[in-house]
Amino acid sequence: MVGFLIRRTGQAIFVLFLVTAATLGLVHLFPGGPVRALLGTRATPYLIHYYEQLYGFDQPFYVQYIKWVGQLLRGNLGFSDKLNLSVTTLIAQDLPKTVIMVLLGTVVSLLFGIPLGVYQAVHRNSAADYALTGLSFLGYSTPTFFLGIVLVDWFAVDVHLFPPFAPQSSSVISILAQPRALVLPVFTYAFLLYALWSRYMRSSVLDNLVQDYVRTARAKGASERRVVWGHVFRNSLVSIVTLLGLSIPTLVGGAILLEVVFNYPGMGLAFYQAALNNDFEVLLGFTVLATVATIAGNLAADIGYAVLDPRVRY
Amino acid sequence: MTASESQVIAATDAELGIVPSSKPRGMLVRAWEVFAENKLALIGLGFIVFIFLFCFVGPHIYVTNQVNTDLTSFLCTPSGSHLLGCDDLGYDELGRLMAGGQTSLEVGLASAVVAVLVGTLYGAISGFAGGFVDSIMMRIVDAGLSLPSLMVIIILSVIFHPTPAVIIFIIAVFYWFGVARLVRGETLALRNREYVQAVRVIGGRPLRSVLRHIVPNAIGTIIVQATFAVADSILTLSVLGFLTLGVAPPSTDWGTMLSGGLQYIQGGNYWWLIYPPGVTIILTCIAFNFVGDALRDAFETRLQRR
Repeated sequence: MVGFLIRRTGQAIFVLFLVTAATLGLVHLFPGGPVRALLGTRATPYLIHYYEQLYGFDQPFYVQYIKWVGQLLRGNLGFSDKLNLSVTTLIAQDLPKTVIMVLLGTVVSLLFGIPLGVYQAVHRNSAADYALTGLSFLGYSTPTFFLGIVLVDWFAVDVHLFPPFAPQSSSVISILAQPRALVLPVFTYAFLLYALWSRYMRSSVLDNLVQDYVRTARAKGASERRVVWGHVFRNSLVSIVTLLGLSIPTLVGGAILLEVVFNYPGMGLAFYQAALNNDFEVLLGFTVLATVATIAGNLAADIGYAVLDPRVRY
Repeated sequence: MTASESQVIAATDAELGIVPSSKPRGMLVRAWEVFAENKLALIGLGFIVFIFLFCFVGPHIYVTNQVNTDLTSFLCTPSGSHLLGCDDLGYDELGRLMAGGQTSLEVGLASAVVAVLVGTLYGAISGFAGGFVDSIMMRIVDAGLSLPSLMVIIILSVIFHPTPAVIIFIIAVFYWFGVARLVRGETLALRNREYVQAVRVIGGRPLRSVLRHIVPNAIGTIIVQATFAVADSILTLSVLGFLTLGVAPPSTDWGTMLSGGLQYIQGGNYWWLIYPPGVTIILTCIAFNFVGDALRDAFETRLQRR
């Protein structure tokens, strides 16, 4: 187990190295270099030269990379000249807002996805199973932003039931104090994730239902409810925990679209605005943060799987 | 005789060769038989054929001007001359749906093909090579899969002003990693089969084994992945269009159309700007997902009863 942990962590660090190098390389793809992208087409050669020295873009790539990683490790993610804010400050402002929205959406989607997935597996090929399968296909195939638009059109424009925007406050507590404004964004986010969990839960429970331990439990005379919820459900939950760890890119992508649709001032909206403004320090900092979260999530999923399932020993 | 008994007897007869069997059928033929039993898949396939005819043949029947703007028909309501009304630049919305559909379908198909080709070769080579090479190649795939794809796709679209060819490349860059990992898994299972080892023993080149034995045997996985890739690419393109990072005017795609219609959502009941492109995206993606799901069942050998 210790060997596995060391090997797996070593892999994660190597992957982290590859990804950060690729991310920094991305900035050099800007036509005319990152500084020209930042300063605009009318910048003088002198100014460009000055800023290239300031940011160290005149140095070899590996020197830039080492310096950049050194700064990252000290918690310095760069400075946005467009916003006149350090990227760390921007993240400190926006991250809690995004996290609370992602958490709410994920929890709501799990609350629906897990029980309905189990129900579908137990009553497979029933009318309800087909209907719910149809619903999850809809979830897979609906663009996040389109669902958001439709819900705004129905519930905010046609019927003034909910506001068309997400809460605009800057603190998490005042955001949570506006439950009506949270309904549409949270539901949009949850519906798209719901498809993921319920499909996965359904097939996981189906796989578990034919296992020997289920036959044993039934042979002992355990009630169907006890077999499903006491044995199969708990075993299937292991794979959902893993899936959660692997879903961070999906969660991040969904958050960007959600925040753009509902004009929610979190990291996704800030990222999108930075992209439109060529604000590469923000783009770099946010991408690295999301990547580290993804790699950490993958690592946690692998380790969690090994811990939760005693049969898995690497 | 109960049903299960008759099944047992039928199986025994077949094993003994008593029941005259038709000539051995290929994997693809058997797969098609399982596929054709799935009603949803047939509906999906039918819709895909329809949407291709609609987008590529439709403009020759329902002729509209999709190049020049016409501000006199600004946001005109659906009528006999404009069946689905017009958008804010006076383009006929139904004609626009066809023109945008051409982009969406072309980009969706092309990025799926590129991603699956690259991913298949990469995964097969990695799995076949094994050892240290495999380890390094798979860490590169891990790295690719840990990048938040939408973030990098947005950055790339801002850097390279997107033409359809560029968008195909941008989407494919992020899709092949997953395909590579799946095909590598298949390859690991296949590389120790006798027929693959036989090629090595008689001195065949490794590439021959990969192309002639590994890839054809993993074709089920590859085709299924390609089908899902089309749906995902169409969705990704629509996301780029919605973020106004899609193709440049006068070209359009379904996502760009939605993005344009969104401005008028609170100004009145301009339903034809939003629902036709949105619903078309959903139906097309569902159709590809239905087909992909059925193909997965079809290539799953344990479901092939015959």
